[in-house]
Amino acid sequence: MKVIAEISRWAIPLLLLLIPVLAYLRKVPVYESFVAGAEEGFKTGVRILPFLIGMLVSIRVFVDSGALEMVSHWLQPLFAFLGLDPNFASIIPLAIMRPLSGSGALGVATQLINQHGPDSFIGRLASTLQGSTDTTFFVLTVYFGSVGIKKYRYALKLGLLADIVGLIVSVWIVTKVFY
Amino acid sequence: MVNLIWLLMLATGIIVSALNGHIESVTASAMKAAELGVEVAIELIGVMSLWLGLMRLAEEAGFIRGLARLFGPAVRRLFPSLKPDSPALGAIIMNLSANILGLGNAATPFGLKAMQELQKENPTPDVASPAMITFLALNTSCITIIPATIIGVRLKANSVNPTEIIGTTIVATGCAMTVAIIADYLIRRRRRS
Repeated sequence: MKVIAEISRWAIPLLLLLIPVLAYLRKVPVYESFVAGAEEGFKTGVRILPFLIGMLVSIRVFVDSGALEMVSHWLQPLFAFLGLDPNFASIIPLAIMRPLSGSGALGVATQLINQHGPDSFIGRLASTLQGSTDTTFFVLTVYFGSVGIKKYRYALKLGLLADIVGLIVSVWIVTKVFY
Repeated sequence: MVNLIWLLMLATGIIVSALNGHIESVTASAMKAAELGVEVAIELIGVMSLWLGLMRLAEEAGFIRGLARLFGPAVRRLFPSLKPDSPALGAIIMNLSANILGLGNAATPFGLKAMQELQKENPTPDVASPAMITFLALNTSCITIIPATIIGVRLKANSVNPTEIIGTTIVATGCAMTVAIIADYLIRRRRRS
């Protein structure tokens, strides 16, 4: 684990050093090429702006309304009735949130970890969930939007399938490893 | 489907806020989110310019082609519709590497760049190509080796062992990615026949 952490610490500085130096040795006009490439960054940023705003507004209004807490509140008796840990219901908002918004999910996960303790079942499960699946819905709308794709075909279903698998496997592996 | 989800989130949010008696929070949330969108985009412009500038250097020095040649054979099997020397492959490999290493803000520029390259080979400009869908499935389910942010949260919450969830995260992402790759392959095969 130490090695991996070191790699991620060194990766960016080394790339920043090696690419320009090696490119220079290969007779690339480094500064001019860098600037030419950087110009694309601005265009892309402006192009994805409307998609970002559209998604963020809808997600934020949904999250701030407290709808997720309501769902989890309703589910608690159901989970207890099924003989499961009623605390388990508190993971549902995170599972719904994860594909929608990265920062939103991080907020929910942080709250769960602080409330139940980082080394509790819920804490470990929330950590694993947060670390694994990505913000499918958000990535799809922004990435497709940036190149003008309007018909996603089966992309969303595929992404959400991966998220559901991630959720199920997370519950299974956390139970298996820690309990 | 996206239209419906977008509308559902917005409408549910407003109705629930009204039922909970804090309808005024909708206004604040919507305005704040719109502002945040601009902030995120501006930040992204900075990071994107940096990485795309660096990527141009790497391209002109021939490194991206070298990278594509090195990892290409494996990645190309997932993208049978792409030309064997497609420039999209280099960007896809860079994006996936950044994702695996948990370098989130380097991953996005390479990902958007990959989409632009994929769009150049897309015969139907407003419909997602199979290669794009494969790429996004990989991107969103990609194995994460270092979930750095959540380790930080655990550390702050006084966890006895903040990094103990690395193993479970790798297993969860590994399974999700495998299922995504297989499902994508099956869908593509069925659509072709």
